[in-house]
Amino acid sequence: MLLKELCQRSGPSGWEDDIRSFILSQIKADEITVDTMGNIIAHKLGGGKKVMVAAHMDEVGFIVSGFTDEGFVKFKTVGGILTTVLVSKKVLLGEKKVPGIISAKAVHLQKREEREKLIPMSELYIDIGAKNKEEAQSLLNLGDYGVFAGEYTEFGDGLVKSKALDDRVGCAALIELMKNDYTNDMYFVFTVQEEVGLRGAIIAANRIRPDYALVIEGTTCSDVYGTRPHETVTNLGGGAVMTAMDRAAVSDRRYFEMIKSLAERENIPLQIKRTSSGGTDAGSIQRSGGGVRTAVLAVPCRYIHSPVSVMSKNDFDSVCRLSAAVLKELERREL
Amino acid sequence: MELLKKLTGCWSPSGREDNIRNLIAAELEPYVTDVYTDPMGNLICRKKGNGRRLMFAAHMDEIGFMVTNIDDNGFLRFTNVGGISAHNCVNRGVVFENGTAGVISYEKSVKDLNLDKMYIDIGAADRAEAESKVSVGDMACCNEDFTLMGSCAAAKSMDDRVGCYALIKAVQRAASNKNDIYAVFTVQEELGLRGAKTASFNVEPDLGIAIDVSMVGDTPESARRSLALGKGPGIKLKDASFIIHPKAREFMLQAARAAEIPFQLEAAAYGGTDAGAIHLNGGGVPAGTVSIPTRYIHSPREVVNLADVENTVKLVTKMIEVGI
Repeated sequence: MLLKELCQRSGPSGWEDDIRSFILSQIKADEITVDTMGNIIAHKLGGGKKVMVAAHMDEVGFIVSGFTDEGFVKFKTVGGILTTVLVSKKVLLGEKKVPGIISAKAVHLQKREEREKLIPMSELYIDIGAKNKEEAQSLLNLGDYGVFAGEYTEFGDGLVKSKALDDRVGCAALIELMKNDYTNDMYFVFTVQEEVGLRGAIIAANRIRPDYALVIEGTTCSDVYGTRPHETVTNLGGGAVMTAMDRAAVSDRRYFEMIKSLAERENIPLQIKRTSSGGTDAGSIQRSGGGVRTAVLAVPCRYIHSPVSVMSKNDFDSVCRLSAAVLKELERREL
Repeated sequence: MELLKKLTGCWSPSGREDNIRNLIAAELEPYVTDVYTDPMGNLICRKKGNGRRLMFAAHMDEIGFMVTNIDDNGFLRFTNVGGISAHNCVNRGVVFENGTAGVISYEKSVKDLNLDKMYIDIGAADRAEAESKVSVGDMACCNEDFTLMGSCAAAKSMDDRVGCYALIKAVQRAASNKNDIYAVFTVQEELGLRGAKTASFNVEPDLGIAIDVSMVGDTPESARRSLALGKGPGIKLKDASFIIHPKAREFMLQAARAAEIPFQLEAAAYGGTDAGAIHLNGGGVPAGTVSIPTRYIHSPREVVNLADVENTVKLVTKMIEVGI
């Protein structure tokens, strides 16, 4: 299954080779370019407006920052990962995907105060089972990247659990959407380095200079125990999510309203994201060149940026259907 | 003053600038060669001259609020659009584009207040009534009247409608213009100088001047700041977003002297204006900022001195006439 394979491939920001080569093997277009930063730009030639559809292929991860004499690996996070999520998680490091466990001082050795507070990043390490520094260094190099090991599992009523749903679910949607025929000049872009500051998208957008952009994302969802109703952000199973405004961009007003009425007309469940935190590639694309009209559609993901993010296949389906309708509608009218 | 009253009364938070754009376009259309709106929504008014491009930028957006949730009892939760402090919102009035009015209040206590603990009351009996008036993603603005007080005026969104006012008046008043004048009314300044970035890409100016409000240090026990109300517009030498280019400084100082107006030099530690976006456009653009001294910025009642406003109009008019 496509989404499963997409999620299991590795692609921490700046080291997207594994996921990029898999995506390249899955897509067809009139022209496929990998640009200087590593973005995949798949061009389906058309007559009308230039439309850029973007999903980022990178994921949050780790970078090896040192080795201890005992053979443990010191690391830094790549992209936003909460320290609370780290302890006892399995990771895969380097191109050979060396398995390791993020660890800290054993609980019975921790002082009471230590147990009660968050262990700082500086005290965490990754155990790859090496006997000493030399053995660790023979398996990994300083600067090697890593990702969470989070198996893809289906459970409940059409739910999926995996690492990297943010934003492989967007990549899966793009691959689906690429199968349709369009009259506009279409650019399907799998961007790099979104998780470290929307970096790949700015280069791709400057190269393409689109009239419109649609960004497809995995977004936060906190419809869970202990969250006050107005802080849930989105609902799992509540349908596609559209962003009115986040930290990176305000969606183009006419575009936003067009999508809202399309969802109603096509009877596709749509929820408006109930927070302004977070940011997507739309921020970079919107302000590239002389400005681009942008909108964001997303699949709600619980426990995002962890090895066990959870989404609903129904929401994914809503995003795919609504995105297809939006791209069709952009062939019919100007905003 | 009618125009300033109209401009500050106009509902247009960042990203929702349609109303103010229409208002300004109608004011300036008879005075310029052409008017167009770029994809981000910036209004670009061009008056033809000798081909060198002199760009002025005043941002037309204002701070506001966006609805993030509607509860069973019809109360709205919200987030800020631009820089808003919780204490400036307590029990203040807001209004939505469709005229729905509301009051912002807070849960338990004003201690440790933040926007997550606040809500908008629109007088709805329940969720259904609230949802018939507003939706998640809708924006609201402060709801305050324009008030004259002594030689000053207080209003919402003086930041930066007073800058828009000065630019409109200057374009209307200028007897001649040497350069191609681009009077640009930018969007989304309050969210990080966003409109000015694409506007300057589209205009490719030879020199850019932002016109914006700036904080003063003349109130009781105020922080030390360069500007005071009533002493004329400020020529901003730096803030957190830019350092003035020598060419821009010379141009502004000469124009200020030629206009025979009082002016103040300003060096600010914080804040940013559209000059921050303009000067980094393309291969670089000499840029500066005209500051209109303003009290209580980003509150529902921002206060300017009317003589400062008139002197700002004179300064910008002179810059248009003299050119680069």
